[in-house]
Amino acid sequence: MGYVISRTGFESVIEKLGQQYRLYAPVRKVGEGRYTDVDVVRYDFVTKFDEIELEAKSDYAFKELLTPLSQTLFFFTENEVKEADFDDRDVIIFLRSCDMHAVKRLDAIYLENKFADPFYERIRKRVKFALIGCAHSYEDCFCVDMGTNRTTEGYLFSIDVAGDEIKSDVACPDVAALFEAADAKAEEVVPAYVTENEVRVTVPEKVPNEIYKHGMWDEYTARCINCGRCNFVCPTCTCYTMQDVFYTDNGKVGERRRVGASCMVDGYTNVAGGGQYRRTNGERMRFKVLHKVYDFRKRFGYDMCVGCGRCDMVCPEYISFANCINKLNDAVNELEGGASK
Amino acid sequence: MARDINTKKLKKNAFRYSKVRGETASRIRIPGGVINAKSMAKIAEVAETYGNGTIFVTNRQGVELPGIALEDMPAVNKAIQSIIDDSGVNQEERDKGYPASGTRNVVACPGSRLCPFGCYDTTEFARKMDKMIFPNNLHVKIAFTGCSNDCGKVRMDDFGIIGMTEPQYDPNRCVGCEQCIKYCNIRSVGALSLVNGKVVRDTDLCIGCGVCVAYCPTRAWTRSKEHYFRLVLLGRTGKKNPRLAEDFIKWADEQSIMDIVKNAYAYVEEYIDPNAYEGKEHIGYIVDRTGFDEFFKWIMKDVKLNDKAEVAHRIYWGGKHYDRSNNLK
Ligand code: SF4
Ligand code: SF4
Ligand code: SF4
Ligand code: SF4
Ligand code: SF4
Repeated sequence: MGYVISRTGFESVIEKLGQQYRLYAPVRKVGEGRYTDVDVVRYDFVTKFDEIELEAKSDYAFKELLTPLSQTLFFFTENEVKEADFDDRDVIIFLRSCDMHAVKRLDAIYLENKFADPFYERIRKRVKFALIGCAHSYEDCFCVDMGTNRTTEGYLFSIDVAGDEIKSDVACPDVAALFEAADAKAEEVVPAYVTENEVRVTVPEKVPNEIYKHGMWDEYTARCINCGRCNFVCPTCTCYTMQDVFYTDNGKVGERRRVGASCMVDGYTNVAGGGQYRRTNGERMRFKVLHKVYDFRKRFGYDMCVGCGRCDMVCPEYISFANCINKLNDAVNELEGGASK
Repeated sequence: MARDINTKKLKKNAFRYSKVRGETASRIRIPGGVINAKSMAKIAEVAETYGNGTIFVTNRQGVELPGIALEDMPAVNKAIQSIIDDSGVNQEERDKGYPASGTRNVVACPGSRLCPFGCYDTTEFARKMDKMIFPNNLHVKIAFTGCSNDCGKVRMDDFGIIGMTEPQYDPNRCVGCEQCIKYCNIRSVGALSLVNGKVVRDTDLCIGCGVCVAYCPTRAWTRSKEHYFRLVLLGRTGKKNPRLAEDFIKWADEQSIMDIVKNAYAYVEEYIDPNAYEGKEHIGYIVDRTGFDEFFKWIMKDVKLNDKAEVAHRIYWGGKHYDRSNNLK
């Protein structure tokens, strides 16, 4: 079912949905960017249509709902443990095609990787999606080459803004009823998707072990400041660490928190005795890139990176992840060429 | 040709008294340090038409065009009209050049227009200030800088305005990566520490530089909606007692700063030494005479400070006292 609906009509649909679901969407946070008077677009709860940022690509991904940056899992006293309270209302997440594909990656890690993570599962069960169409590609996107530019299922409805009207492909009958009630015109709708990006990548099929020692990583040791922004904005980065916190006024009571972690930031590979597996930023870059476009695929059959381009957009040192994939491909070709000769 | 030039009027009209007899230099005022490229081209044209083809870039973000014949001053004043229009400098009569030169060009560092650390639009504030105080013959120096790095060197001025932001912390977005702590240590004053996995800010120590905000990878730290300022007072260079400006208010708002500067002009009018040489006396020397309390009373008259502002009720200046001892042995 497809619908064309007026802006006011759509506003009423969103308002009604907001009574039933918590709506989680990209929001423009004015002045909350890194620099003075610069905005950031990140996810938050909304109740009205005009709170949703539909034009700009979000700087931070939707994953903060499924895997919060900081989440108290439980509280403990000497003998007891109490799980932290949890909002169990259903949620609709508004996201673009690349991010829909990222959900599959998050599920793979948190649900299908030997055992299911209960904290992820309990929220994931309550989440549904609304697809934001992409009328055009953004500066850093490379979704086409990563095969994530199109989403045809898995959403309740889609949104494409066309002037004063909104076009929606509606998959859910309950949502369709809301559209009907708001005088929407029935019409075939295909959510907008892009078919080409300015940024192109070639992901190498096989990566020989010699890449480990290849000189291509050295430049990143000098360039990267190991800030981890590339990880925190990424819709598919799933790493976390634990904090066991003992309250200062009573050292026997406390809480366990799960907080986001980054393989680029100091401390990630620290082990007992002061060891650190990947000391240089070049080694960390190698680990990250190979995980995104090779190691994950070896286990799950598809690449982890969805080509959303957020890591390129956020890097303060203008390090391009997309370009690094291409450099990796060149290095692999060079190694293989060398080997066969 | 007999030259009969009133050098007092020449200086007031923003021409320089040159050591080369018969010559002068035109002093172009650029409040906030930003000018359109077409005005820069005009400056170059005037330098070539009337001057000796060189341009002196001054320390206070003005430019001087040397080698101009004294006779050409009226023509130069006509020629620079478009520059005056463009830079938004107040004028009394068109085509007559600048009406004063006492109150010096208002300086600004690049600020938030360019600099990642700038806490506000320094040029805009500088222009607003210039609109309020210019033209004026009193020898007053005002400068704006975007953050405590003080690239505008505002501590050498009578009124130095330093940008501040009050970092806002959202513990729910903090992953405890400690980068804010690390960079506050390296690039600023070390006001942050980690307590039970979350960051605590020492609000006394924090200078509001925003370094933590710039380095936080998750937006746990963001800038305050309000732009705040530190006002530092009565720095100067000079042959008697050069010294750095000292802190007067921190976390001040824009309006308070405007009001204080305006009041300071009234204070100087009242108390300046009537016999001061060429009508120039650094405000600091006047304050030495009247006492700080009197100065305080005048500059704070009817100022409605914002709640957050912290005011110093007593200030001591140090600096080099050439006038007391100059012996290095
Ligand atoms: S690695 Fe970069 S482009 Fe790929 S999914 Fe993550 S943020 Fe997007
Ligand atoms: S690649 Fe860029 S964003 Fe990622 S850690 Fe290095 S400097 Fe930071
Ligand atoms: S004072 Fe601050 S804002 Fe101004 S240029 Fe220097 S670092 Fe940038
Ligand atoms: S604003 Fe500057 S001084 Fe204050 S906590 Fe942040 S980095 Fe440190
Ligand atoms: S930089 Fe940000 S995320 Fe890291 S410890 Fe500081 S506030 Fe938390």
